[in-house]
Amino acid sequence: MDIFSFFQYEFIWRAVISGSFIALVCSILGVLLVLRRLSLIGDGLAHVTFGSVAIGLFFKQHPVYLSIPIVMASSLAILKLTEKAKLYGDAAIGIVSSLGIAGGIIIASVAGGFNIDIFSFLFGNILSISQAEVLTSIALSIVVLLSIIFFYHEHFATAFDEEFAKISGIDTKKINAILVLLTGVTVVLTMKIVGIMLTSSLLILPSVTALQIARSFKNTMVVSSICGIVSVIIGIYASFVMNLPTGATIVMVNFLLFLTAYAYKNAVQRKYH
Amino acid sequence: MTIVAVEHLSFRYNSVEVLSDISFDVNAGDYIGLVGPNGSGKTTAIKVILSLMKQTKGMVSLFGTKTNDFRDWRRIGYLPQKHTHFNPHFPATVREIVSSGLFSTKKFPKRIQRSDEASIDEAMKLTDVADIRHKLIGELSGGQQQRVLVARAIVNRPELLILDEPTTALDPEAREKFFQTLMGLNRYRNVTIILITHDIASIGKYASKLLYLDKQIIFYGSFEDFCVSDNMTNYFGEFTQHLICHRHD
Repeated sequence: MDIFSFFQYEFIWRAVISGSFIALVCSILGVLLVLRRLSLIGDGLAHVTFGSVAIGLFFKQHPVYLSIPIVMASSLAILKLTEKAKLYGDAAIGIVSSLGIAGGIIIASVAGGFNIDIFSFLFGNILSISQAEVLTSIALSIVVLLSIIFFYHEHFATAFDEEFAKISGIDTKKINAILVLLTGVTVVLTMKIVGIMLTSSLLILPSVTALQIARSFKNTMVVSSICGIVSVIIGIYASFVMNLPTGATIVMVNFLLFLTAYAYKNAVQRKYH
Repeated sequence: MTIVAVEHLSFRYNSVEVLSDISFDVNAGDYIGLVGPNGSGKTTAIKVILSLMKQTKGMVSLFGTKTNDFRDWRRIGYLPQKHTHFNPHFPATVREIVSSGLFSTKKFPKRIQRSDEASIDEAMKLTDVADIRHKLIGELSGGQQQRVLVARAIVNRPELLILDEPTTALDPEAREKFFQTLMGLNRYRNVTIILITHDIASIGKYASKLLYLDKQIIFYGSFEDFCVSDNMTNYFGEFTQHLICHRHD
């Protein structure tokens, strides 16, 4: 199928537009998370999303809308556990993530099954995204993007050197809270694209790809965004042409981009050293 | 004018006493060498002064304001202990890092303006990192990284500059040059300096006062007085005190 026939379907447009917005947000947030060594928070919050989807289905509410406040609260819980209970970040993520999964399994068991298969949320389906979900994705992505743009320098300073950021009068606790809350919203949005199981890949892969070749912090954000958007568009097209699951194909394209960047960096290093 | 006032400050970490009832003032134009053995509480004292840690007892004021109420961070430049607080592989250029020292002078939303370029250039020139402004921090040697962090600490033209072991990654020539630069800031721009170091002999040449800390204040005064202080003779023994005081002759 040529690219022009591909774009004649309305559901493809919906998938590309919402996927690109979410990939953009994931890629930018991912840079901050990877540099703060919080990469796995996306994975942990995705597991919480499993529990919140189960709650949504149990109470016959829209799983995405109900998941947003629950996952945001969980992201703050991870932060508070590391700050107040002095737990290591990965341990706090592990606690909240396993609670999410356990809660989801118990609710699914008590409900005795749902009309919608809860496990379909594990792998996502961007091609079935509705008009309302597209608009929600765009609106929330814009909110997340604006928040990052407004607090860009605060995020930079806190990610590079939190102690110095405090001395610069930056409220690092507030910046950390903003970062995890935005991650919570983004993880819920990403669920529809690649599914709960692969959510963290959209946060991590574009940013580690950018880190191989970028020449400044701003440049890292830009390269990561391009990688994220390109992987979504190529992934949707490739999955459609080859009849593969879309979410998994997007992840594989992302991984190929990472390998290419890694090979490029090594080639450049060999040339100059 | 008193820049830093520390009164009866104590700090405990769990049940371990790190600082015990210390009091001292730092006045405008002072150049203080904060010295003492490992674990003597030097870095803790600085962190309490900067509100990065909360004291168990006592009071600290900066520019006449209690640290709890102090918000005028643009008046302070700080160089943390090297490599303890930043990722050396962070994808930031020298210029981006030096610019971040200006955030304390900005209100929300914090933006670097064209008018800030002169301050950034001046700080980079003063610390000799202007030629490497587009390099990533991870591509630099330890000494170059340290100079970049010093540029970040002075870019906001602070009235008080606090440096925690700034010379550890520097070779003797670079260390000497670094001390000369600090002396210039102190003498010609009246920047008050507190510098933590183990190298008493080197700092003794430049600092107007030495503050020797070992959980409590053992000595606070000039290097000359340090060399004849009975307190220090009792603390070190005569031979060690003599070695320290005459190493730079």
